[in-house]
Amino acid sequence: MTWFFFRRKSSCQVAKDRLKILLITDRVNCSPEIVELIKRDITKVISKYVKIDTENMEVQITAKKGNSRSGKAPVLYANVPILDLQKQERRFP
Amino acid sequence: MENNVIVVTSGKGGVGKTTTTANIGTGLAKLGKKVCLIDTDIGLRNLDVVMGLENRIVYHLVDVIEGNCRMKQALIRDKRHPGLYLMPSAQTRDKTAVSPGQMVKVIEHLKDQFDYVILDCPAGIEQGFQNAIAGAQRAIVVTTPEVSAIRDADRIIGLLEMNGFSQMDLIINRLRPEMVKRGDMMSSDDVVDILGIPLLGIIPDDESVVVATNQGEPMVGGSSPAGIAYSNVVARLEGQEVPFLNFEKSISFFSRVTGIFHKA
Repeated sequence: MTWFFFRRKSSCQVAKDRLKILLITDRVNCSPEIVELIKRDITKVISKYVKIDTENMEVQITAKKGNSRSGKAPVLYANVPILDLQKQERRFP
Repeated sequence: MENNVIVVTSGKGGVGKTTTTANIGTGLAKLGKKVCLIDTDIGLRNLDVVMGLENRIVYHLVDVIEGNCRMKQALIRDKRHPGLYLMPSAQTRDKTAVSPGQMVKVIEHLKDQFDYVILDCPAGIEQGFQNAIAGAQRAIVVTTPEVSAIRDADRIIGLLEMNGFSQMDLIINRLRPEMVKRGDMMSSDDVVDILGIPLLGIIPDDESVVVATNQGEPMVGGSSPAGIAYSNVVARLEGQEVPFLNFEKSISFFSRVTGIFHKA
């Protein structure tokens, strides 16, 4: 009975979660390769000013409430951990 | 009559477009409507076998388009249901034999003579799909509660929107209530939520579909779960308000009753 309490997400929920992400990228016609390119460029630009943790950086397309067919609109989500603000301080003393 | 040319499409193959076309067509004919079904899958014709009319084909869609016969000669009348006609597709040609413009012409010719013209669309989004949707005014999108089928259905809905379709309805095929209950299959609500178009019908996964296809006799109007579900779809197309079958409840009640007998 204990397995019941530690049960993993149902496969239905997994399917829904996968579809949500999949359809959003399908609808904006944005492939994972393009997201990867956006990520690379964002890294380049931000690195000019601050030192960032490229390993743990996240860039993805997700959804927020909007007025499209499914009631959701795509958003570009970027989570960029900063390692060191020094670079910035040097630039603007 | 407005919006009487309907294309049945799905994107993904094998989700039940042809079965749906055959059953909706037969169901409408049973209600006394005059219906023309057109198989637009050129090179891979299937609707004739599902309808049990494969032995009666003389001329086909490509013959009509190329002027080898008159429209009337290619239309096969289903003797079991007055008012039901099938325009078969060509088996030995390919999709490049037809252009969207030619399809529009064929449909223009047919739509005034029939209450409904229903087009069975091939899988995919290439020329066959473009041909099938060219003359239609509304669409029925068929999907199953699976990630791949839903993804393709979403793409198809996008393409239909781009082509100016405003009326698109959803049929969810092969739903397995016991799996939905276990949390191992997306429910109809989940699918409608994701695709965002109105629901026209839920067809349960049913062995009677295979039997019906074996026999070449659509099951609409029968007492099987899928037969009842298709009858409801037909009634909704005709503007009646029919509540959706609640499989989750009926199954749980049924299994509870049989469960008692199993224990006893």
